[in-house]
Amino acid sequence: MSIANVAPALKPADYKSDTTPIWCPGCGDYHVLLSFTRAFARLGLPPEEIVVVSGIGCSSRIPAYTNCYGFHGVHGRSLALAAGLKVARPDLTVVVASGDGDGYSIGGNHFLHACRRNVDMTYVVMDNHIYGMTKGQPSPTTEPEFDTALSPGGTGLRPFHPLVIALASGANFVARCFSGELNQTTDVLVEAIQHPGFSFVEILSPCVTFRPDERAWKQLVHPAPVAATNDPGKAARRIMTDDGFNIGILYRGDRSPYQPPIGMATIDLSELEKEFER
Amino acid sequence: MEASSSVSVAIMGSGGAGALTTGSFLLEAASTAGWYGLFSRTLGPQIRGGEAAALLRLAVDPVEGAPELYDLIIGIDWLNAQRFGAEIQTGPHSLVISDSGGEEPPPNLTQSGARIVAVPMKDMAKAIPHGRPNMIALGIACRLLGLAPEQVLPLVGRQLADKGAAAVEASRAAIQAGYGAVADLEFDTRLAAPNPSSVSRWLISGNEATALGAMRGGVRFAAAYPITPATEILEWLAPSLAKAGGVLLQAEDELAAINMIIGSSFGGTPALTATSGPGLSLMIEALGLATAAEIPVVVVDVMRGGPSTGIPTKSEQADLNIAVYGLHGDAPHLVVAPQSVGDCLFTTQWATYLAETLQSPAIVLSDQFMGQSRAAIPRPADVAFIGARTVAGDIAGAYKRYAMAANGVSPMAIPGMRGGQYTADGLTHSERGTPTSGATDHLTQLDKRRDKLNGFSFGEHWATVEGNGALAILVWGSLTGAAREAAGRAAADGIEVRLVAPRLLSPVQPEQFAAALDGVERILVVEQTHGAQFHHYLRAHYDLPAPVRVLNRPGPLPITASEIQRAITEWR
Repeated sequence: MSIANVAPALKPADYKSDTTPIWCPGCGDYHVLLSFTRAFARLGLPPEEIVVVSGIGCSSRIPAYTNCYGFHGVHGRSLALAAGLKVARPDLTVVVASGDGDGYSIGGNHFLHACRRNVDMTYVVMDNHIYGMTKGQPSPTTEPEFDTALSPGGTGLRPFHPLVIALASGANFVARCFSGELNQTTDVLVEAIQHPGFSFVEILSPCVTFRPDERAWKQLVHPAPVAATNDPGKAARRIMTDDGFNIGILYRGDRSPYQPPIGMATIDLSELEKEFER
Repeated sequence: MEASSSVSVAIMGSGGAGALTTGSFLLEAASTAGWYGLFSRTLGPQIRGGEAAALLRLAVDPVEGAPELYDLIIGIDWLNAQRFGAEIQTGPHSLVISDSGGEEPPPNLTQSGARIVAVPMKDMAKAIPHGRPNMIALGIACRLLGLAPEQVLPLVGRQLADKGAAAVEASRAAIQAGYGAVADLEFDTRLAAPNPSSVSRWLISGNEATALGAMRGGVRFAAAYPITPATEILEWLAPSLAKAGGVLLQAEDELAAINMIIGSSFGGTPALTATSGPGLSLMIEALGLATAAEIPVVVVDVMRGGPSTGIPTKSEQADLNIAVYGLHGDAPHLVVAPQSVGDCLFTTQWATYLAETLQSPAIVLSDQFMGQSRAAIPRPADVAFIGARTVAGDIAGAYKRYAMAANGVSPMAIPGMRGGQYTADGLTHSERGTPTSGATDHLTQLDKRRDKLNGFSFGEHWATVEGNGALAILVWGSLTGAAREAAGRAAADGIEVRLVAPRLLSPVQPEQFAAALDGVERILVVEQTHGAQFHHYLRAHYDLPAPVRVLNRPGPLPITASEIQRAITEWR
């Protein structure tokens, strides 16, 4: 990689594409995009060696806004697609972007198994507690009393707790961020990408159109009061009992990533065929 | 007594009795001795305690069609044998071997007037330490078919080596006891001596052949969810891919499996998944993604009875409609179907080559009958179809992933290639890959994806076309073998029959099809479906220039050469 060594350092803008985002003005996802490009620049990764994979939803538009390779797939399946890519191409840096509908509802089963599989990649969920792209239906993280056209009077359902689920399922790094805290989100993303195994970063990212109340998140968030732990029991207790607004790295695990050897053929195909010869 | 060119044998027993092991050894011994053969399994859904039968045809020449009237049936026990019903047919010439200490053979086997001979298989096995009745049955079968002990005993040592010397010795003793038990029994159906031949042969199942074909075509990544009757593909691929520098991931479900292989292929590694109807149903949305984003993937559907859970352990051809038409939107893609156990290798290799070359998903429609059958076949030829994807070389200037190309296939950038960054997308996109809802981009890209398939020259492999008779059998998939056999018998009766069996089901090939049917006066469509899906598919896409009759039946009973032959002779 001698060329990379002499190339001038890349700036965040070098990771941005010329496609103009179509998010609503004030959407938290603009800041998430900025955190992405800043984190990539700080890591000094060549854009062609990063793949940003997503599903469907407002947040899933992010790959096309980067200058990396991207995959904007079907609803809810980004983690599976990314796992296939990373296992086959361990040399690439794989970042998956999702939202609370894409990631926790239609993609919920893949979330469990991605945590358990522990492939070395980073999973960023932009959580705004609402389906934005379809104009305001409740998601798995919507509060039970939140009134929508699809759920008059609220769902009455207990919200999903993604960080605890991630921890219980085996994620190797768990963090919560707020999109408005740009510097901290960038710091967390840098560490999440560097941390071996499956890193889960939930970013509270307000939907100013369908959840104007979420503008108040800026005042509600606060740094996690204690340092990250590598003890999943401690981390789980803390996450279960916190107010949902403490931000920072909450768990750093030390499980080895899942990466079967690849590209190291020990035989020729004719060897395999011998078992059929008579 | 004249020797037969083909004999049919059934070994039956309740699940766990070892009937399938006996059948497997019998095929091994016969192929070692120089015969060809086909061994299909039929079993109930239970893991143990259900019913199981090894159905074999042993023959002088390669055989592809299902057995019909059975010459020899050995019942290790008859506990659930009545459940096979019409699946196992006998005639007055048939010999049924039954355990003298056990149940009577079920009436469906005996009412034809078949001869019944009792042999105390269980008691004989008990007399041998660790002896098992299924190995007594193997000795009986070998003796009656004319296989010498030295043609079967060495196999036991090889195949049971990991079970220890005592197990090997017990099996050898039991086989020899089986030989002795029927030493004086008259059995007129002898297999003719094998043709001396220098052609080396393989013993392989359709599912193994499918897996090997994929690897020959370049597949080095697989992701899948276990499902009957496709699992053997995965179980062969898992260790084999690892040895060849690839990998198989067990996915959490079929939705994940198809997306994993799309991810692998996007990263440049040719990829496959294998499933059956329920899994294919779950994969359909992502197959549309692979079509729109132009990502090559291979999806093998080993068809079973449907709809829904259907009959997991029995064959049918009723996934034709979903494979060809299941995707929403206008989504041209490749659909191919192997025609025999051996052809599973070629067709899957070809499918991989086509998918990679045309940057399109390819569905391979195999089925339970050929997938789970094991056959002795002539060694398959090495063919040159190796996936060769057109990738972007030196990328200068603005890269357009979906740039128009004369053949519709645009050079594909692979992650890691500098300057090739693009976002693959299921949204309608421009040449660059940027999402758009414009009419021009939509039409341009729809045209591109259609034309790259329609404009490709698929060559002679699009179909099997044999004979030049005025009566054409139109058939596909694993029924091709039975149709060929029927055509051969009809020819012996003086009726010239033409066999037309498309291997390429999508895109359709109207010119080649018209040429293949040139001059026909009668068309017999043969298919294993309830709804005559193949007939309707043919009507939708092709001119059928003569009166048509349709012989269609759903699973689980295979359509036999005799039934096809009857349909031919009755149409005079």
